[in-house]
Amino acid sequence: MPELPADSVGLVTPQTAHFDDPLDLACGKTLPAYDLVYETYGTLNAERTNAVLICHALSGHHHAAGFHASDERKPGWWDTHIGPGKSIDTDRFFVVSLNNLGGCHGSTGPVSVNPQSSRQWGPDFPMMTVGDWVHSQARLADRLGIERFAAVIGGSLGGMQALQWSLSYPERIANAVVIAATPKLSAQNIAFNEVARQAIRSDPDFHDGWYNEHDKVPRRGLKLARMVGHITYLSEDAMGSKFGRDLRSEDLNFGYGVEFQVESYLRHQGDTFSSSFDANTYLLMTKALDYFDPAAVHGGVLAKAVNPAQCPFLVVSFTSDWRFPPSRSRELANALIRAGKSVSYVNIDSPHGHDAFLLPEPRYQAVFAAFMSRAARDLGLEERT
Amino acid sequence: MMRADLELIHRWIPNGAHILDLACGDGTLLEALARNKGVSGYGLEIDPVGITACIEKGVNVIEQNLDEGLVNFEDDTYDLVVMTQALQALRRPDRMLDEMLRVADECIITFPNFAYWRHRVHLGIRGYMPVSKSLPHAWYDTPNIHLSTFNDFEHLCREKGLTITDRAVGIRDHEGHWASRLWPNLFGEIAIFRISRRQD
Repeated sequence: MPELPADSVGLVTPQTAHFDDPLDLACGKTLPAYDLVYETYGTLNAERTNAVLICHALSGHHHAAGFHASDERKPGWWDTHIGPGKSIDTDRFFVVSLNNLGGCHGSTGPVSVNPQSSRQWGPDFPMMTVGDWVHSQARLADRLGIERFAAVIGGSLGGMQALQWSLSYPERIANAVVIAATPKLSAQNIAFNEVARQAIRSDPDFHDGWYNEHDKVPRRGLKLARMVGHITYLSEDAMGSKFGRDLRSEDLNFGYGVEFQVESYLRHQGDTFSSSFDANTYLLMTKALDYFDPAAVHGGVLAKAVNPAQCPFLVVSFTSDWRFPPSRSRELANALIRAGKSVSYVNIDSPHGHDAFLLPEPRYQAVFAAFMSRAARDLGLEERT
Repeated sequence: MMRADLELIHRWIPNGAHILDLACGDGTLLEALARNKGVSGYGLEIDPVGITACIEKGVNVIEQNLDEGLVNFEDDTYDLVVMTQALQALRRPDRMLDEMLRVADECIITFPNFAYWRHRVHLGIRGYMPVSKSLPHAWYDTPNIHLSTFNDFEHLCREKGLTITDRAVGIRDHEGHWASRLWPNLFGEIAIFRISRRQD
């Protein structure tokens, strides 16, 4: 059996929480009952004050750290930052990471059975918003006996959930970490999402979202959607240094097969994704991104929208991120400043574009760890020995 | 133990003030002010080590280059703006002074006094650009691109119609306090000004 790294949370097992109390959604519909799949790392202290919630991004899920099996090829998606001695130190914190509603990794979503029709929800699964997710996460916290999170943390779409937590449940969150996020999508962001959606919806195998009933998968559409998305996750420099204009074979072959390495890479990313992710989930996650705009009901004034927040914020951006560039994080930080909230903002020098939030980077880790260790100190959390 | 100029500033800032600390370094001043005087506010800094130290201390710090001004801070929203040992490294110190007195009506500024006698000895007698405790860099790698003297700064304030409400100099321990009071431009190593846009 291969050894697991010493700074890993080790082997982890997902759990399922079932909820029978209906969840009212922003779209006007109600989810009558639902499951949330989650993992936990570390130990909840007797006072239940050391819980941290991890919110995932567009294609994320509950498996944020550790391994499901000792021969699992890769650990959870945020293993770089969660574990003993890491930024989110599991010797101090009890980490909760869930798959959001509408997801395709175990929580109730389009591939679950609709109790009313006894067929899969498919495209009938109600549209979810960031606010709905936060509401369902609060119910999971209730179930786990967590009155107040020591921190709610997320990158990208996950950062939006952390922000929403501070507004929806200000008394239930002691700290918020908002990484590579934005207080709202730009027209260009929405445009990219729409290209992804059209790629999926125009696939002949999509069948208006009932593809599973036709035993089909809109694989080409999903693949294209992921390829477009993936371009926005990397920076021009990162792509350039990784692939340049490298060819797969020595000569040009004057055809439409894969010639450049970058083409091969994108196709591979698209293929992998399209065989593991649900198209309806992808569609509704992109809509949740598009709809997020807490300032909208405050006349577009973000400084007013953030007024309910009570907790200290850490806002982090990355220099080469052009999906949610530093200016978007600054917009959030400035609104928090204007509202007189406690906030620190850092712009990490990284060549890796939007994906930088998932990767190790010494300064990112130092800042993250400093914020979390201050949070632990303020909450009187002792290091477990 | 705080740096001598920070010690003095700490005394000058009123209880409960809402302040900005430009080039706040590792957050020592803001932390002490929050603890001892209930002062709130933000530090601005670009040095990664300083920023991490602020965050570790629980000091609110914003990564921001002062040469880009304070556009993200509204008029009259702070009681006071502090800037220690950064004026000389700015592209346009005069414009920063305007910016500081736009967001607050009072500011405290400290900078190395280029006319300090040791600096004069370096330049006037030995013929070299001064290198000292307050100006530790060589001429070719110094971030200090706008060196000025105690007198220069007073002159700028007069030109701008600003009121100097207090001034002091940071000195070395063995140099007499009386001398730097009488001849601050000669015996003050660090110039410390408290300026207001109010006309007294």
